[in-house]
Amino acid sequence: MNFQEKLLDSFIAFEQDVDLLNPVHSDRKEALKRFEKQGFPSKKDESWKYTSLKSITQKNYSLSSKKDESVELRDVKEYFLNDLDSFKIVFIDGVYSPFLSKTTHDGMDICVLSAALSKEKYNDTIKKYFNKIVPKDESLASLNTSYTKEGAYIYIPSGVCPEDPVQIMHISTGNQKSIWLQPRNLIIADKNAKVEIIERHQSLNEHSVVTNSLTEIYAEKNAFVDYYKIQNDLNTATLIDNTFISQQRDSNVSVHTFSFGGKLIRNNLNFYHKGENIQSTLKGITILESNQHVDHNTLVNHAQPNCESHQDYKGIFSERSVGVFNGKIIVDKIAQKTNAFQQNNNILIDNKSKVNTKPQLEIFADDVKCSHGCTVGQLDKEALFYLKTRGIPEKEAKALLTYAFANNILESVKTPNLKRRINSLIANKLGVNLGFDL
Amino acid sequence: MLEINNLHCKIEGKPILKGINLKINKGEIHAIMGPNGSGKSTLANVISGHEDYEVIKGSIYFKNKEINGLSPEERAHEGVFLSFQYPVEIPGVTVTNFIKTAINESRKSKGLDEMPSSKMLKKIREKASLLEIDSNFLSRSLNQGFSGGEKKRNEIFQMAMMEPELAVLDETDSGLDIDALKIVANGVVKYSNDENSVLIITHYQRLLDYIVPDFVHVIMDGKVVKSGDKDLAKKIEEVGYDWLKKDNS
Repeated sequence: MNFQEKLLDSFIAFEQDVDLLNPVHSDRKEALKRFEKQGFPSKKDESWKYTSLKSITQKNYSLSSKKDESVELRDVKEYFLNDLDSFKIVFIDGVYSPFLSKTTHDGMDICVLSAALSKEKYNDTIKKYFNKIVPKDESLASLNTSYTKEGAYIYIPSGVCPEDPVQIMHISTGNQKSIWLQPRNLIIADKNAKVEIIERHQSLNEHSVVTNSLTEIYAEKNAFVDYYKIQNDLNTATLIDNTFISQQRDSNVSVHTFSFGGKLIRNNLNFYHKGENIQSTLKGITILESNQHVDHNTLVNHAQPNCESHQDYKGIFSERSVGVFNGKIIVDKIAQKTNAFQQNNNILIDNKSKVNTKPQLEIFADDVKCSHGCTVGQLDKEALFYLKTRGIPEKEAKALLTYAFANNILESVKTPNLKRRINSLIANKLGVNLGFDL
Repeated sequence: MLEINNLHCKIEGKPILKGINLKINKGEIHAIMGPNGSGKSTLANVISGHEDYEVIKGSIYFKNKEINGLSPEERAHEGVFLSFQYPVEIPGVTVTNFIKTAINESRKSKGLDEMPSSKMLKKIREKASLLEIDSNFLSRSLNQGFSGGEKKRNEIFQMAMMEPELAVLDETDSGLDIDALKIVANGVVKYSNDENSVLIITHYQRLLDYIVPDFVHVIMDGKVVKSGDKDLAKKIEEVGYDWLKKDNS
């Protein structure tokens, strides 16, 4: 039995564990049917042309976790931002860990999806939002939906702006040879609400883990959502991140993706505009080495007039690593006065690495400002010489230029602690200790 | 301090320097003049160890040590500084962070600890005021959007901070108005002493009104064709290089 068949067959066992009367269950069943038809994406699919899942989906994975109570705070502490107050939603091999988490129901809900699915008072919200913006034609999204069970659930009511960010942490212990995880997150910022979220996936040893994660984000009128993804996992971890965002008028959503490690990372990031005067920001820094592969697949659908989107992705690649950027902007006919900006710049440190970058603009309105640009180059030799004549050794000089190249992405990171953490991850990644805080 | 013997070098297979001889002693200021394409900037780049220039013959001794074969950063650690004709813009790295990194990397190479921040800050303030650089300039990205004058002042500021034993100034005066020229020249004069040396590469004599050289050399077609004192620079300003061409042939 191959893994795809296993996924289909295991659904019956999965059904023993969930409430079959919950309306969500019909979503699950329909999604499973779709997945059965669609199968895993292959290179024949246009959007998977440069990223192959074959070697991953040919293997076998455990779909459920062994109970593991051995993870202590000290084992995972380093992966959190510790020097600031925050809410935490922590999962160990896909299972919620109340012990490591800090949730709340006080004036807002920062908790887990299983709780929201099981309690009646959440019914209306779940009904209103769950699975409403997930594209039906994406098989991995269908797969995630079919196994919906656990994940983060965040509901920030009208006008509420928690000061503390939320850290969503997915830990995989590796106590099985290989595991397939499918967290499902639902995040809602109601009118005039504001929330900041930091998400991270981390494996604790080199047993393989594949995470097919799906996050729905709803920003209601004038809501602000800042979402940061830290992707710095071991070289045995694969992450398929499906993030779908729906924005109502005057809302402002930013997603920053920091991809520094992992065997294969695929970021499907879709923005859907449902009102006017929306701001959407998509930014990313990717620094890869040793055969790592990161694929950013973005879609911004401008479906209303007077909205703005800004995309800026920087990539630095060495040692046979591969980067893919596939950025699609659709401007519907009614979306006049759209301002859509897209930029993808890449540096290849050696000639063994590869970047495929493909901007796609489909513009049906006639009064819009759209720009896109992509570059693939090398570090500027004259700049390198300049730094070296100032006594800065080659390695540090390269790191400084790399940092300088990617730095503008960090300007929009609002939390200083997070910025510092990203800076130190970059310095660490580049293997340098520069004489100042990057 | 610096001794160059029969230096031949080429770039992309094309010979540029064809037997340069130059000796600079401690405490001396030398100026090199010459028409466009004579090899002046090449000489500056070769002294600093630019990898595109291939030395095919001859030697460069710095403090009695052959430096041909050392990397640019190693030469910098030895005490060589090059003020660029066209300083490179580096967005995302502030002037202050850049100079801190440069100084601490040089200290590291000598086995010294990092310079304490308070001392660093004091030194930065002192040298910045010498070059009439104000503090918000220091928190801007290195050379990005700087005017020609700001770039050159920033080069001399870096020189003043790093206190090299040999400063090679590659057309530091070009593109400067008279006020900026005076500030830059004053920075060089304040830095210059009996223990260090300066090599000024220039098209024009006017910088030499403010920084008086001990020796002036003229380079044409990759060779030193004439050496003299500051009066040689004056004569070139008046009559140009043609008379030397005739002399040479």
